[in-house]
Amino acid sequence: MNKHASGDRRFWYAQQKGTLFAALLFVAMFALYVSNHPAGFTPNVVQTASNKATLLAFVAMAQCLVVITAGIDLSAGMVLVLCNCLASWLVVGTPLQTGVGVVVVLLAGLGCGMLNGLIIIFGRLQPIVATIATSAIFYGLALLLRPTPGGSVNEDLADAFTSKLLGVVPASLVVLLAVIVVIWVPFSRSAIGRAAYAVGSAENAAYMSAMPVKRAKLTAYALGGLLSAIGGLYLTFFSYTGEAAFASGNAYTLYSIAAVVLGGVSLAGGRGSAVGAVFGALAFRTIGDLLFVFDFDPLWQPLFQGVVLMLAIGIGCIGLSRVRNRLEWFQ
Amino acid sequence: MTLSEPLFRTEGISKRYGGAVALKDADIAIRPGAIHAVLGENGAGKSTLIKIMAGVVAPDEGRMLLDGKEIAFASPAAANAAGIVCVFQELSLIPDLSVADNIVISNPPLRFGMIDRRRQRRIAEEALARAGASDIHPSALVKDLPLSRRQMVEIAKALARKPRLMILDEATSALTQSDVEKVFAVLKRLRAEGMALIYISHRMHEIAQLADECTVFRNGRSIESYPAGTKTDQQVVELMIGREYSNVFPPKPAHRGEQKPVLSCLDLSWGDRLSGITFDIRPGEIIGVGGLDGQGQRELLLALFGVLRDVKGEVAIDGRPVTLKSPRDAKSGGISMALIPEDRKTEGLMLPMTVRENLSIAALDRVSRNGVIDRAAERREIDDLFKLLAIKAATIDMPVAALSGGNQQKVVIAKWLMNRPRIILLNDPTRGIDVGTKQEIYLLLHKLADAGAAIIFYSTDYDELIGCCDRVLVMYDGRIIRELEGAEINEHELIGAALNIAGDHVAQRIAP
Repeated sequence: MNKHASGDRRFWYAQQKGTLFAALLFVAMFALYVSNHPAGFTPNVVQTASNKATLLAFVAMAQCLVVITAGIDLSAGMVLVLCNCLASWLVVGTPLQTGVGVVVVLLAGLGCGMLNGLIIIFGRLQPIVATIATSAIFYGLALLLRPTPGGSVNEDLADAFTSKLLGVVPASLVVLLAVIVVIWVPFSRSAIGRAAYAVGSAENAAYMSAMPVKRAKLTAYALGGLLSAIGGLYLTFFSYTGEAAFASGNAYTLYSIAAVVLGGVSLAGGRGSAVGAVFGALAFRTIGDLLFVFDFDPLWQPLFQGVVLMLAIGIGCIGLSRVRNRLEWFQ
Repeated sequence: MTLSEPLFRTEGISKRYGGAVALKDADIAIRPGAIHAVLGENGAGKSTLIKIMAGVVAPDEGRMLLDGKEIAFASPAAANAAGIVCVFQELSLIPDLSVADNIVISNPPLRFGMIDRRRQRRIAEEALARAGASDIHPSALVKDLPLSRRQMVEIAKALARKPRLMILDEATSALTQSDVEKVFAVLKRLRAEGMALIYISHRMHEIAQLADECTVFRNGRSIESYPAGTKTDQQVVELMIGREYSNVFPPKPAHRGEQKPVLSCLDLSWGDRLSGITFDIRPGEIIGVGGLDGQGQRELLLALFGVLRDVKGEVAIDGRPVTLKSPRDAKSGGISMALIPEDRKTEGLMLPMTVRENLSIAALDRVSRNGVIDRAAERREIDDLFKLLAIKAATIDMPVAALSGGNQQKVVIAKWLMNRPRIILLNDPTRGIDVGTKQEIYLLLHKLADAGAAIIFYSTDYDELIGCCDRVLVMYDGRIIRELEGAEINEHELIGAALNIAGDHVAQRIAP
């Protein structure tokens, strides 16, 4: 239909506004970063930036899936830490042993996510408390696995996943892209994925429309666990060790929420895309890098990060000033 | 008129909810290729009948026949599969999904396990075109559409399920006039295609325009079925009322309000939902707001209470113009207004908090000194209110959620009375509460009016308006179309004015 053609672009834009905003924010920040970097826009600079950012990108994707259902996963960072510790034991040895190790780590993440989902769906606990509790459990397990930092990883595999393909493209970026294509795209286009959005938007209406409400939530939490596990594997590939790091686990959880909001995903549920969340994560990481190239005192970093985050999120709320029935502010 | 065999029939359907009979021995026969209007007052059993037909609730007695074969529906999905689809009055759309997503929601087209967006788009476009709403873009988000367009999407969603019998429950109540005409054209085309349609509306002229057959419901019974056009409006209204109503209302004082108006509205309007609202209210007066549901009554109360933005026109308190920008302004000293909201669970109460906290929340500045709550003063005020309203609660420190519906409603009212408001707005305060509590609320309103409060009272129950109010403003399409006073306030006039048919004729032709 021809008359719909111009409308198509408009609605596509309206739907993707959050993602586009995050992408633009990232591109602008990254351009500022590389143009002030002493080495400039070289494969090495991009590789370092990409390796640092992909970790948060995976956790942000995990958070995004859950947030779409109007839930929240405060254990995402600890799943990452647990999988890091697990990988530092298992992803070693012969290629076969390494392969089995990777699979086990991923399954462990999936299991953590499913546990969250089951508790929230069948235990009817609030996602926020349920995941605080499981977060402590996951950290406890990590601590048992690695009371002190240590362990190792199959270095060939680790290097392959953190190197540059053809000497130019960072492998971590390619893996990130592959994960989006393999996990996010099918999810967002399946009936289950649509049910996840519907649950986040209006759970009653979704239930009344006979949608698979429980299955959709469980899938979102389970895939969230899997994505955090991929993040945990990557952490191991960078660090070559496992460490039950409490502070960094919590930081990943909080940053993933910030990244998701930066990426245009509504914390109220029903809106947003994991691609946006990934760009949100990349942008968030670049804020930190900017301080580095501008030679700011590292003491300024949290303050600066906070202000930039505040500004970026503030732009998203401009629409509220046009509301005519004030009761809509609270919806 | 073709006398085809009925497609769908009910025989002796009954349904009770607890002790209340919602439907008793309801018989109705729906033929294909015809539009069957179902008429009746609020609570006459229409919605229960529809819910049974659509598989939402199961009947206690009686049977349903489709194509002459007895059937029972375990779920709405089963009714859909049998070809019965309902367009509900309460919208069932998911706001954050697109129009196309919503239209195919229960059965999206799949390809390799993923939703086939191209086919989905085609289905949605077809359904929208069939519903006469091809101006709606399939990719638009439902929440960005105005109410009238959402209603069209609901209809398209129903059509996409290829029904044989489609039920429209007040499907036009949110539509603009031009949409109504489009929907009518669509319904007539569907009728010509042989679909069976059930059409429920309070708007008499719509029924006159559309229906082939009518069935009137009253008190849960199907009173009479007749071919459309064989009865006058007056006869139909008579069939719908046809009952005596017992007087549960305190006597009205002869004369109220000789003083100057405490509140006056001049030409108030808000978008396309309210226009040209002009009225005065004096201290001690109870003014009713009537009309069909959703004609702007709620918006009027919200506008007065400062909730709506960009309200045009003038509101004067004691003759002085004021601007009301928030409920806080409306509550403030000089104006001293209170709104008892419609939905006590979301707008009236904080359910998990205690009775005490709920009661004093709107009057904290009255019972606190330097920002510290004076528990003794709070207690005294609450005791007074408990007596005044006869609230039954074991202790004031129990959560308000544990009270019965009637007592919850009393708490909502009491909460605002602590401020001693001069102007009280009530939004359908007796909906869903028992008769005894209702009566107490009526008494309370009279007491408050006697003490000098001006009360504006929106109710969907005509008896209440008749029994309680000194004057009644009847609204239609965002305007006050009639103002009834004294003996004019009776059921015939109210229904006539609400349906926007000449009330005088109704009054004359039906012997009182």
